[in-house]
Amino acid sequence: MSFLPKPKLHHPNLPTNKLGYTRRDYEGTISTLCAGCGHDSISAAIVQAVFELEIEPHRIAKLSGIGCSSKTPNYFLNPAHGFNSVHGRMPSVATGANLANRELIYLGVSGDGDSASIGFGQFAHAMRRGVDMCYIVENNGVYGLTKGQFSATADRGSKSKKGQVNADEGIDLVQMALSLGATYVGRGFSGDKEQLVPLIQGALLHRGPALLDVISPCVAFNNHEGSTRSFDWVRAHNEAVNRLDVIVGRDEIVHAQEPGTVDEVTQHDGSVLRLRKLAPDYDAHDRDGAISYLAERKRAGEIVTGLLFVDPEPSDLHAALRTPAAGLNRLGDAELVPGAAALAAVNASLR
Amino acid sequence: MNPTDIKAPDYFHRVVDCQWACPAHTPVPEYIRMISQGRYADAYMVNWKSNVFPGILGRTCDRPCEPACRRGRVEDEPVAICRLKRVAADNKGDVEARMPLAATAKNGKRVALIGAGPASLTVARDLLPLGYDVTVFDGDNKLGGMIRTQIPRFRLPESVIDEEVGYVARLGLTVRSGERVDSLKSLLAQGFDAIFVGSGAPRGRDLDLPGRKEAAANIHIGIDWLSSVSFGHITKIGKRVLVLGGGNTAMDCCRSSKRLGGEDVRVVVRSGFDEMKASPWEKEDAQHEGIPIHNWLVPKSFEHENGKLVAMVFEKVAPVVGADGKKSARPTGEPDVRMECDEVLIAVGQENSFPWIERDAGLEFDKWGLPQLNPDTLQSTLPSVFFGGDAAFGPKNIIWAVAHGHQAAVSIDKFCQGQDVADRPPPHVTLASQKMGIHEWSYDNDVSNDLRFKVPQLPAAQALSNIKLEVELGYDDRLAFKEAQRCLNCDVQTVFADKLCIECDACVDICPTDCITFTANGDEADVRERLSAPALNLTQPLYTSGALKTGRIMVKDEDVCLHCGMCAERCPTGAWDMQKFFLETAQSGDRACRRAA
Repeated sequence: MSFLPKPKLHHPNLPTNKLGYTRRDYEGTISTLCAGCGHDSISAAIVQAVFELEIEPHRIAKLSGIGCSSKTPNYFLNPAHGFNSVHGRMPSVATGANLANRELIYLGVSGDGDSASIGFGQFAHAMRRGVDMCYIVENNGVYGLTKGQFSATADRGSKSKKGQVNADEGIDLVQMALSLGATYVGRGFSGDKEQLVPLIQGALLHRGPALLDVISPCVAFNNHEGSTRSFDWVRAHNEAVNRLDVIVGRDEIVHAQEPGTVDEVTQHDGSVLRLRKLAPDYDAHDRDGAISYLAERKRAGEIVTGLLFVDPEPSDLHAALRTPAAGLNRLGDAELVPGAAALAAVNASLR
Repeated sequence: MNPTDIKAPDYFHRVVDCQWACPAHTPVPEYIRMISQGRYADAYMVNWKSNVFPGILGRTCDRPCEPACRRGRVEDEPVAICRLKRVAADNKGDVEARMPLAATAKNGKRVALIGAGPASLTVARDLLPLGYDVTVFDGDNKLGGMIRTQIPRFRLPESVIDEEVGYVARLGLTVRSGERVDSLKSLLAQGFDAIFVGSGAPRGRDLDLPGRKEAAANIHIGIDWLSSVSFGHITKIGKRVLVLGGGNTAMDCCRSSKRLGGEDVRVVVRSGFDEMKASPWEKEDAQHEGIPIHNWLVPKSFEHENGKLVAMVFEKVAPVVGADGKKSARPTGEPDVRMECDEVLIAVGQENSFPWIERDAGLEFDKWGLPQLNPDTLQSTLPSVFFGGDAAFGPKNIIWAVAHGHQAAVSIDKFCQGQDVADRPPPHVTLASQKMGIHEWSYDNDVSNDLRFKVPQLPAAQALSNIKLEVELGYDDRLAFKEAQRCLNCDVQTVFADKLCIECDACVDICPTDCITFTANGDEADVRERLSAPALNLTQPLYTSGALKTGRIMVKDEDVCLHCGMCAERCPTGAWDMQKFFLETAQSGDRACRRAA
């Protein structure tokens, strides 16, 4: 952490987007996390992603729970809406907000404790209900705020900073999301923004439940020998199945040029996800295939990253509930409280 | 690219743009920090060691440091370095006790200085503490040379000159004032071990135009006229004055005229406004006093009636860009411009003049009439004779004269001690971490957002009423502090240890000016394009590390680094550290200090 605010002066050639904002306009207050925290890199990736997508910050709602990860919404998109909820309850708040107001883009930020332990049920239900949101888990495999106990996502057999071996099976949130019906599922690494920024952009544009599991080394408690969430381990075992470019309208945002065959996915809003395949056999449209591929690579000790599954025709909670197109917050008292006669009609229909 | 060699003194020296640009390499950020802390005397002494005349230069320097200042690249204007120097000089109190003492033992070597200007006085200051017997010759009665004769009092009070010249004189300088050297040969015959020529560029250029001779009574050479004004020989001027020329001398002439009775004072320049040689702030000051500047007019003739000047005629020209891209002035064909006037001051340049050096004395001159010198040692073809200041390479400025003086003193010392003059001593360099605690540094790393503060001035009416009233009042304590806080502390360097880096990106994410990139190595032109913010300013170096664990390298573009230390605060492993780079050029006087220590 630092005590001073980040200086206002910026590079004289700092570009502006179509809205006239610079990347710096998408920043938040200065982070109070430990120096070198992977979460700060994810915040920087979110800043970059939203700046490039040319989204006005106030069109985004940042939602979080409790933990190091859940502090981070304060460190990006200062003018955005925000709600820092109770531990593990971010998905409920996101669900409610999304039902009430359909005009915002929902960005949930959570951690492995918040989503895989206390909020595991909440996480599961947001995915299976299909809440239209970008759900980012900043996954460091450790409880950093309480000094380094294993979290529920820590791999079995990995070692803590003090040398204890984790005896419990780790929860794989990507596997969970795939099983629970998420329609955009990816895994990234805080140390690789070229991969991460477009993954976030794709998730923000996706109109369905999008989960990003972002491995984020905890430099204070989980960046040692024997950890499977350290910079060195992740870099050595990272198997990226594809690289993503997100194309909005006619403007292509190119992040890196690498060889590989191309798979283009046109999303509902017209944006295009261009997947450059790095693992030639990997098919990002096959949910079951993804589940077994991930299991197989996990056994081999590898961490699969990239856009792992996408459904170009997602369906969400609003479709299931047949809510009005305008959102509940646009309804007046008459529609929201239709009165005894309407209730009687509903009851009659159930007899 | 190869890893940057930060042990080479030049690397970090270049990053301190102001110090690098200063001919005397004054450690600017060091003294500006002292000013922030109210340590005016300390700030003064840092200056005095490097540039000998802080009070004088704080009012008159050409400020090569300011266009170089990094602050000017991240916002509108550079730090007011020059005027902060004046703050140190004005508020230092009594520094007598800090000044070196006259040498108690003489070393038996005798050195003659020709001309008592800034170059000679610098040589004297550097040599006297070592025990040299130094004698200065000057045609004027007081020490100071052009500082005293050509700079008007409303820019530089005489008390400031007396004080700073005095600090040198009392080191045991033998002064032979009023004694103009008229023969090098006879001086050589007096048995001096070395001679330093710091006689300046004393001849003002004239304009040989029709009417010049006839109207001579009302036409004056600028620097001679300024000198007469300075000594009180001239106290008034006609009502309508034309000043010819676009340099700083022209600005001093027009502003002086305005104070001696000139009512309609105009500056007429053959070039455009932007092309004028005068410093922007001097042009601004002249205009502020209601003096119009007429550009693109070439003097054609003087008109007179019975020997009295009545007007001047100018030809109108306009800039034309030639095939080579260079601008030149061409007549427009429009009617000539006639300006009525009572007096004309010609300030169209200065020249060197060495009528007192016999051409058979063994000293070679080049085709422009300048002495043939070794540019590093300032030694002439006559090994015991050295040059400096305007006398060496033509008209420059005071700070260059001081820089030459230091180098000439090193040369003279080596020459007199029988050492190789070409063997130049390296600078004194230290590099030390400024870390005091987890997020505490020994310098103030909170970057100020203030824009440059204006120096308070006397109201124009009052300033114009008396030629001896100093126009600028200088910053007060509060303004000085705020202006000093604008300094980015570029001498506090970002030092990177690649062995410690874990490539977490924390520094990249926090850097407010996008200076840092981790990327694949390549040749410099390629790497410059690939940075987070492409490094387009080719005058600024890239700081590159060796290969890191992933095979990438760290590249930092020094161009617009704020030296805020955020990278070091964010670094979890201490791979970044903020270390103060302090460089002092070697001076001959250093030998005396070492002996005393």
